[in-house]
Order: sequence, then structure tokens, then C-alpha cells
Amino acid sequence: MDLSSISPELLLASLMVAATPILLAAVGELIVERAGVLNLGVEGMMITGAICGFAVTIESGSPTLGFVAAAAGGAGLSLLFALLTQFALANQVASGLALTLFGLGLSALLGQGYVGLKPPLMADIHIPGLSDIPYLGTVLFTHDPMVYFGLLLVAAVWWFLNRTRGGLVLRAVGENHAAAHALGYKVVRIRVLAIMFGGACAGLGGAYISLIRVPQWTEGMTAGAGWIALALVVFASWKPGRVLLGAYLFGGVTVLQLNLQAAGIAIPVEYLSMSPYLITILVLVIMSADRSRAPGSLGRIFHASG
Amino acid sequence: MKLTKRTLLTGAATAIGLAASGLATTAMAQDKTKVGFIYVGPVGDGGWTYEHNKGRLAVMEHFGDKVETVYQENVPEGADAERAITQMALQGADLIFTTSFGYMDPTINVAKKFPNVKFEHATGYKTAENVGVYSARFYEGRAVQGTIAGHLTKSNTVGYIGSFPIPEVIRGINSAYIHAKKVNPEVKFKIVWAYTWFDPAKEADAAKVLIEQGADVILQHTDSTAPQAAAQAAGNVYTFGQASDMAEFAPMPRVSSIIDNWAPYYIARTQAVMDGTWASDSTWDGIGPGMVGIGEISDAVPAEVKAEALALKDKIASGEYHPFTGPLKKQDGSDWLAEGEVADDGTLAGMNFYVEGIEGDIPK
Repeated sequence: MDLSSISPELLLASLMVAATPILLAAVGELIVERAGVLNLGVEGMMITGAICGFAVTIESGSPTLGFVAAAAGGAGLSLLFALLTQFALANQVASGLALTLFGLGLSALLGQGYVGLKPPLMADIHIPGLSDIPYLGTVLFTHDPMVYFGLLLVAAVWWFLNRTRGGLVLRAVGENHAAAHALGYKVVRIRVLAIMFGGACAGLGGAYISLIRVPQWTEGMTAGAGWIALALVVFASWKPGRVLLGAYLFGGVTVLQLNLQAAGIAIPVEYLSMSPYLITILVLVIMSADRSRAPGSLGRIFHASG
Repeated sequence: MKLTKRTLLTGAATAIGLAASGLATTAMAQDKTKVGFIYVGPVGDGGWTYEHNKGRLAVMEHFGDKVETVYQENVPEGADAERAITQMALQGADLIFTTSFGYMDPTINVAKKFPNVKFEHATGYKTAENVGVYSARFYEGRAVQGTIAGHLTKSNTVGYIGSFPIPEVIRGINSAYIHAKKVNPEVKFKIVWAYTWFDPAKEADAAKVLIEQGADVILQHTDSTAPQAAAQAAGNVYTFGQASDMAEFAPMPRVSSIIDNWAPYYIARTQAVMDGTWASDSTWDGIGPGMVGIGEISDAVPAEVKAEALALKDKIASGEYHPFTGPLKKQDGSDWLAEGEVADDGTLAGMNFYVEGIEGDIPK
């Protein structure tokens, strides 16, 4: 065993990279669920975002445009879900699962010409001064812009939900759509917007995998990240701060356990391998002992009758 | 819709037409041999499943309209595989290839229920009246990789991304290590188990971790090209294509590869089913018969190293040399093979130990 071969700076830095895809997808899904909609199609929207972002980056040479396209692709696919659940009043669980299957197939089709290509990389942001700070500079201030975007997004979502009128309306719609409707709020419109926001975030998360974390296009490359994001929202009791904590824990322990394995630490690999799931769930469950609960109308179909 | 005589008639005509065409396809299906494939990843993984699918396409090309093939991608190993295989058998497949180690028990279970369907399970060891097994001697290719890796590493650290601790993977690690050590006594292996065959993000993370911890050669036994991309991004790291040539990453980081060539086997077994001569078998072919190919060694490898690797490849192909030739000890220091002794296939098939010099434990 040689723990000195693990560099804490690099470990912390790669933790942030490993956490970002699920953080983006989870924070989007959080808004969707707070509006009372359960969209199980996160995986499908992520993989669609991954290929849209990848393809546009290859064609245009600009990762920034790629991320914009990824958000558009994810939001576009989520519109299908919105159509099914908000207008056709289809079952949300079934529609979400269908969305995942559809997204996986669609992305494989779109991605046929993009296997084996290398995307132009997004330059890391080097903030003058800050990135030169020894240790902290490497850990915190030498990342690609999307890492910071993820953090800002969490802060923005928190602020929106807790400090703005719009957030209050969104939560009202999620808690009791009949009452919100009686007060004159456009339940369906608000939910469609929330679903599209969730789709855009999932698309960004997927593109982060194909453009930065791996970076390449491979069919099915999100490999279950969408499901982890979904679980994270529940275990984080629908709170943005806890989603951040959960994503960083999960990403962190994933990278840490690989590091420990490579360093040859004498903990059985099976335990290391399951540790990201165990630790994340354990920490979040303990934290949610404060009687937080799901939005009241989550998963229920709304129909404005009368 | 308003029901009129006319719509009823049209409806009836359509129904008869459908029934007739249905009969036609059934009749045709009886002439055709239906071959099914169960894949663990997507056909576009660029590695393991990609090559199995190439084998399927070769079967289609070879037999033309005498054969019909079906496949299912991304079938999880374990209980759900049983459902997928059963479904394929119910669809009328005559021969089903299940192409991952974890399909072993599901294949055996389903085979019991369909005695008239032939099954072929890749990389396993359980056979039955209607279940044959086949695999390639990947460890022969690993010997060539190990030789090149031992020469190329400057940090004397070779990173190895393992999937699951099964004999097939352990054989590869041992073979690569033995031959790297032969040309570079200082070499060390850092092994990381990903516990997945296919998860590009995790595979890339594993490669990055190994590179951060000093490895400058990465060997992988997972199915995607993600570790190649991670090595390319890191620069100055050498990799080898796994299961497929992965030539899009040549000449750097990919300096050579192990290529699985299943097409001749798939064609031969399909032919056997057509002829009614199919019998359960246990095939394990290597470089010699062409089931394992060594991809072009790129110019990033010095000429003399390339020559040495190719010479080793030829000696293995001709049967003059076996990658597991004594004297070899197990990791715990106990004797395994005496001077000149060659490992038997039984021990290799169930290999569950590291050879002397590899650090760390195999997960149980």
C-alpha cells in the first residue's frame, strides 16, 4: 500500500469533474419534481444531450455551441414527455421510461457518424491570481467553465425556489395543483416549462460526459448516470443544497475508491466498489431525518375540469 | 368510424391479406436459419460487442437470404439475461450466441427449456447437450502486449483496468505481467477493478486515476474506447486496443491491439446447424487459428521492440511457445509450473490466482 501516490489536489480536482454530470441532471430533475412531475426519462435526455452536444461541437468546432445544442436537444426531447403527460394525460412513470428507451435509440441513430472522433476541448478557465494559489488554485480554480456553471446553477435554483415569487408558484403547483389552479395559476404551462428546464439540464449533464469527462461519443455512454441523478433527488429530499452535497459525495467517493484501488490499499475491492452508493445514500438519509417529504402532487395527473 | 358494408369489406380484405402475408413469412422463416445474438453492450461500443456484431454481419453476408439474424443489445448480466434469451428462443431462433461471461447460468437455464434450440456461450465453461462454449485465447495477445508495455514504460508502472475478477481477466493480467517482467524486471502493475464491462465515464476515470498515479502504459479489459480517449488527453501515455483494433487512436496512444475475430467461428457453427451436424463443443482458439489477431504495431514503438513482439507472436502462433511456461510461481511464492512445464487448459480456464510479483489481492 502506498497512499503517497495519491495526490489530494488531483483527487479533489477530479472529484468535481466526476460530480458535474449527475449534479446538472439532478438539479434539473429537482425543479421538475418540485413542480409535481415525475420524469423518469433523465437517462434518455442525458444521452440525447450527449450526442447533440458532441455532434454540434464536431461540426462547429465550438464546445460552447455544443453545450447550447445539448440543452436544446434535452429540452426538445422532454417536450415529447410534456406532450404525453400534460396534454394527453398519459401515465408519467410509463412515459418517462419510454422517453429513456426512445432517447437511447435516437442517440444511437444520430451518433452513427460520430464514433471515434475527437472533439475540440473546452479550455480550462485560469482565473489570474486565484489559480496560482498553491494547492487551492489547482483544486478549485483550474476547471472547465461547466464545473462552475453547475455550482452557479445550484445556487440559482436554490434562490429561485426559496426567494422568488416564481419559485413559490412552482412549489404551489407541485404541492397541490388543484389549489394552484383555483388561484388562477397556469398549472400546465408552469409544468411544461419545468419539464423543459429539466430536459435542458439533463442534456448539459450528458454533454459534459461526451465532451469533457471522456471525451468521445460511444453509444449508451451515460451508462446509468441518469438513474443515479434521479435517486439523488429523492435522497436529497428535493433540496438543492443536498443535491450538491450528494453529487459531490457520489463523484468524490467514486474517484476516491479508484484511487485507493490503484494505490493498493488493503480494503476489499468489492466494498470500495459499492462505497459510492452506500455512503451517498447513508449520509443523505441521515440528513433527511427532519421529516422532509415529497411534493404533494408528485406524479399525479392534473386535469382542469369544470 | 361509421360502419358500412364497404368498410367492412375492405376490413375483411385487409385481414385476409395480412393473414396471407403472415403465412408467407412463416413459410419463408422455415427455410431460413434464424441466428440470435445477445450482447452485453451497444453494437457501437467500438470494442467487444462491436466485434461480435461484425461476426453477425459476416454470417449474414456469407449465407445471404438463407439466414436471418436477430440481436439484442445492452442485456444486463444476471437474471434479466434469462428473459432476453428466452424471448429470443420463443421468437424461433435456431442458434443463439450469448456473448458475455455473465450469461453462463442464464444460458444453461434457458437451454433446458428449449432442447431443440442450440446455444453457444462465449467465455464460459458450462456446457450441456445443446450448449457449447467458445472463447479466444486472449492471453496469447496479452503476452505480446506485455512485451511491448515492458519496453515502453519509463515510469515502470503499467496500469491495468480490470472489469470483473473472473478467470478470463486474471489470465490476461498474469500473461501481460509475466512478459512485461521478462523484458523489464523493474516493472510494476497497478490494477483497478471497474466492476463493469461498459461504462465509458467510469473507464475514463479509472484510466485518469492510473495515469495520475504514475502509469504511462494503460492496458484495459473493459469494452469501450474511453480509456484510449483519456490517455490521448493526458498525452505521452501508451494504450492497446481491446477486443477491437481501435485504430482511430493510432499511432498514439494506441500502439497495438488485440482483435477478436469471431466471424469464421460464427459462420462454421451456423453452417453446422444448417447441416444438422451441430454438436456441443468447447472451442478455445488463439493467434494460430486466427481467432485472436494482433493489430498493427504503430511507429510509436521502437523497431527492435516491434520485431521482438512480432517474433513472440509468431512463436505463439506456431505453437513453439506457450505464454504460461515454467518456471513460474504463484503470488504466495508456492510453485506452480516447473522449468519448461506448460500450463494445462483446465488450470487456465479456472485461473483464480496471480503469479509471483503482482501486488494486491484478487477480489473474491
